[in-house]
Amino acid sequence: MFKKIVFALFFISSFASAQETIKGIVTDEKKQPLFGVNIAWQNSTSGTKTDENGNFSIEKSAEVSVLEISYEGFESQKIIVSSVENLFIILKEVNNLKEVTISKTKKSTEHSLYKVANMQTMGQKELLKAACCNLSESFSTNPSIDVNFSDAVTGNRQIKMLGLTSPYILITDENIPSVRGASQAYGLSFVPGTWVESIQITKGAGSVINGYESISGQINYEVLKPATDVPFFLNLFASQDDRYEINTHFNTKYSDKLSTTLFVHGNTRVGKNDMNHDHFLDNPIGKQVNILNRWQYNDAEKGWVSFLNLRYMNDEKQAGSIHFNPDTDRLTTNAWGSEINTEKIEISNKTGYVFPDMPYQSFGFQNSFQSHKQESYFGLNQYNIHQKSFFSNLLFNSIISNTKNKFTTGINFAFDKYDEVVDLNFSQDFSRIDNSVGAFFEYTFDNLDNFSLVAGARIDQHNRLGTFVTPRLHIRYNPWNQAVIRASVGRGKRAANIFAENQQLFASNRDFSILNSDGKLYGLNPEIAWNYGVSFIQKFKLLGMSSEVVFDYYVTDFQNQAVVDIDANAQQVLFYNLEGKSFANSFQAEFSIELIKHLNFKSAYKYFDVQTQYSSGQLQKALQAKHRIFGNLSFETHIKEKGQQWKFDVTYNWLGEQRLPNTTSNPVGYQLADYAPSFAVMNAQITRTFSSTFELYVGGENIGNYKQNNGIVQSENPFGTYFDSSMLYGPVFGQMYYAGLRFKIK
Amino acid sequence: MKNSIIVLLVAFFSISAVAQDAKSKNKKVVFKVVGNCEMCEKRIEKAAFSVKGVKSAEWHVDCQDIHLLIDETKCSKEDVAKAIASVGHDTEFVKAEDSVYEKLHGCCMYERIK
Repeated sequence: MFKKIVFALFFISSFASAQETIKGIVTDEKKQPLFGVNIAWQNSTSGTKTDENGNFSIEKSAEVSVLEISYEGFESQKIIVSSVENLFIILKEVNNLKEVTISKTKKSTEHSLYKVANMQTMGQKELLKAACCNLSESFSTNPSIDVNFSDAVTGNRQIKMLGLTSPYILITDENIPSVRGASQAYGLSFVPGTWVESIQITKGAGSVINGYESISGQINYEVLKPATDVPFFLNLFASQDDRYEINTHFNTKYSDKLSTTLFVHGNTRVGKNDMNHDHFLDNPIGKQVNILNRWQYNDAEKGWVSFLNLRYMNDEKQAGSIHFNPDTDRLTTNAWGSEINTEKIEISNKTGYVFPDMPYQSFGFQNSFQSHKQESYFGLNQYNIHQKSFFSNLLFNSIISNTKNKFTTGINFAFDKYDEVVDLNFSQDFSRIDNSVGAFFEYTFDNLDNFSLVAGARIDQHNRLGTFVTPRLHIRYNPWNQAVIRASVGRGKRAANIFAENQQLFASNRDFSILNSDGKLYGLNPEIAWNYGVSFIQKFKLLGMSSEVVFDYYVTDFQNQAVVDIDANAQQVLFYNLEGKSFANSFQAEFSIELIKHLNFKSAYKYFDVQTQYSSGQLQKALQAKHRIFGNLSFETHIKEKGQQWKFDVTYNWLGEQRLPNTTSNPVGYQLADYAPSFAVMNAQITRTFSSTFELYVGGENIGNYKQNNGIVQSENPFGTYFDSSMLYGPVFGQMYYAGLRFKIK
Repeated sequence: MKNSIIVLLVAFFSISAVAQDAKSKNKKVVFKVVGNCEMCEKRIEKAAFSVKGVKSAEWHVDCQDIHLLIDETKCSKEDVAKAIASVGHDTEFVKAEDSVYEKLHGCCMYERIK
């Protein structure tokens, strides 16, 4: 009997599908019909609503078999419609108890337990904690990256990862190499912080997809996407040292497919400050105009997404003596001064295509043209560089049998034309053309449980570096709950731009010399290093509080390096090929805890052992603290109805003693100690959000007012033999307070 | 060289054309699978991938359904449902045996389909 009924039902349903309409009724749990319930096929726009008796009918869909039934105040339901004629649907009322939702605040910086590489993502929340205003300043709340001033003249900030300076880090703008070559010294300060949506920091070897250059790690930043941006954003900033910044974003959405944002940034520092009374400006005066027009085209149905970026930037800086007047004193010994003028033009396009019926398969094509022109002088030293580069990358992503085995493969092309002229103790034109073609393959295995692996290799042919293979391997294993062990190994190779990367040395009266002449890069050989690393993360509850410990240890071992030797003699800078050992070992232990809801504490201890074989012996890298301690405390109040909130953030950085460059050849008055004293710097910020569209912030940097008073050796006679502003280990500017506002129209 | 590329392209397109007519190599399938937690998710997806022809499998705890991409020339959705049921999870098509269900971890004891 039962079988017959089933059989009959089967027939009826086949008829139903022939009619291609599905009928049904929707009621609540008390069998009362519901009026106006939304009925729609999953992921489609075709839908209907129930009538006052709870009845509905809907055309059968060819592709989708899942009906979504939703009604305010009731739990939504999904129903697979396979062989049913009349649907009888009962919606459950949302249980009022459920309104006490258990929410977890998203952390501002996330350590992933499941990604293969040791990668952390800094979200916008973290970026807002930094005082201001550009990318070089946004890492001050992140313990994995150390931010230092590079010299006492240009006010430039230099970042380090694993004890190595930024040239050893591959910095990419949405995976297109951005801060490299000529822009190495100041490039990060040319990216306004408000443009940035998030930053991904990968420690260690990194992926092969973006090139062979990364040695200590990769930093990628994502810029705000026009399709999801708010119509208008304004940020104003002013600080005690007479620095003013303005950021405006104008977003227009022409259709659901096409949108654009115009980012306009301007900053200026007008006041001449000399807090340490050495008659030199503590920070350069100057101005910057930076405009980015970004277009996004999205066609989700067909699987296309495309971005076009057009950018123009002009930056002018003037540094040196407070009495310096560029019109009368430029390149004279009237007064010591420096001007650094940079103009940057960038056009880039990214296009991605995801196969609509194969979401695991996609193409990506990136093209970028950049022109970076710097004209500068430092006292009587002149340095001009103009880099025109073109980068193209074609990628294909797919799977091998299933999504546990993914791969990315592709080819890329890079072209760099450098017009570079140095006029120091010698004059030389180093203009040249570099180009390379490469192919890569990266395989990702994920057992969907506790193990994954990324193995990649690329082969490149470069006119100066030769033909070479770059292998990289990353492994992730979750040994137990809430824990992850990672290991990575990889090789990196790069052409050191010895002048562009060491511009801080121009602000000295050192003589420059390159000791090798048979290499293809300024007479030197390419830099080659292997990087090995392990890390361990454990998340746990400590007395009921969410906590996390992170340990990592990385070794970078140079096979060749373009050694920059400032220790042979205080009047010289020597460049030569490494002979002997050069390595950077770094250990980091991090502990973070959510003490009470919204009160987070993060601390880190870092140990660096960075040594190089110099002509005068195996030495610790100068101006690198062996021990560092980091602490950050942040608190925020509950967000009230209209978005009102207070946020407090304090960051503490302690740097142990740092070896100072050898100055024994100087007269006693111009000699430095062997080691710089340890010191601490504290920053704090308070943000008051008045509504979801308006907030004010005030903050202080270097609240303890620590200053290095001998930042410039022989500052009273900058054309004398011993003048040197590059031996900087701490801040020259004391306390600095700032305030700003952010306003947006949603 | 040119000819062989054209031949290859033609061959490629004709294969995909045939595939679309009859059995799709990339058939999207969604059906109900019951479970409770992250452990269930791993177990369910692992079982789905054990079936040859399953290209992608994502199970969502909130909707209690599995999204599959399967090569219909190699397997059917019922094959996948069977594999999932065999590790203890009831599906729209096949139910798990009580003995297997009872061996699941405590937190995975979902409410069974009646």
